[in-house]
Amino acid sequence: MAVPILKQSHYLIATIQSALTDADLVQLRDALADKVGKFRSRGVIVDVTALDVLDSFASRTLRDISYMIKLRGAETVIVGIQPEVAFAMVQLGIAFEDVATALDLEEGLLYLDKKQKLGQHGSQRGF
Amino acid sequence: MAASVGFEAETEFCIAVNSDNDLVAARRKGRVLAEQIGFSGSEATLVATAISELARNIVSYAGRGEILLSTVGNGSSIGITVIARDQGPGIADTRRVLEHGYSTSGGLGLGLPGVRRIMDEFDIISAPGLGTTITVTKWKRR
Ligand SMILES: Nc1ncnc2c1ncn2[C@@H]1O[C@H](COP(=O)(O)OP(=O)(O)OP(=O)(O)O)[C@@H](O)[C@H]1O
Ligand SMILES: [Mg+2]
Repeated sequence: MAVPILKQSHYLIATIQSALTDADLVQLRDALADKVGKFRSRGVIVDVTALDVLDSFASRTLRDISYMIKLRGAETVIVGIQPEVAFAMVQLGIAFEDVATALDLEEGLLYLDKKQKLGQHGSQRGF
Repeated sequence: MAASVGFEAETEFCIAVNSDNDLVAARRKGRVLAEQIGFSGSEATLVATAISELARNIVSYAGRGEILLSTVGNGSSIGITVIARDQGPGIADTRRVLEHGYSTSGGLGLGLPGVRRIMDEFDIISAPGLGTTITVTKWKRR
């Protein structure tokens, strides 16, 4: 099942709705890398609240998304990792270093806004 | 379902694993079974995660195989046993594949060591040409 990607001003928001196959995740990765260019987005939020398992493959793909989007000049933040899922990831030994995460969508948006401000120097205030 | 004590292998599920599409169903069955016998959400997630890693290895290295799920009791505890088995190429050095970071596919090599950490019991039987059977059990915390 394809993950819907919403454009909200200069951000893209991908909300995962249900358990995903590996192919769905890879498709999401490619769609995001593509759309960031098409819409000239500055940030991407991937909402994984609905995922009840984040195994090594899914974690690796989320990390790949974050790196790819960075190479495309934008920021990614993964939001909504559930407490049980976080526990299982730690037990499994998954390192999620240098992948930005936030509690939920709201926090994710705040994170991206803050990054935007940091990236703008003096004169270019506001959007 | 009453969690009866003192019996072996109660409920059995056999899930054919032929492609990554089958992982979703295998994980879900594992979670359902775990919750049925009273595992916490957190323990059920660990079981589902272990199933995912074992099933993915089947798809990646053997192409096809199966996952068997059963509940087990040993008198005072109840748990879940997951058997992942395939008739793929097998593993020559079964100790090596349990080392964190060992991978023949450019992966992170954390699947098997991670599963071993997540589950309470871990057993691997494999030899080149004979396929691989990995049996893991997680006991319910009381
Ligand atoms: N069912 C199997 N049949 C044959 N070889 C296997 C099987 N399962 C695992 N292996 C071997 O064991 C190695 C380690 O497996 P493990 O799951 O720990 O790491 P990985 O799959 O390489 O990477 P990751 O799981 O982190 O993506 C694999 O690279 C593979 O060589
Ligand atoms: Mg693996």
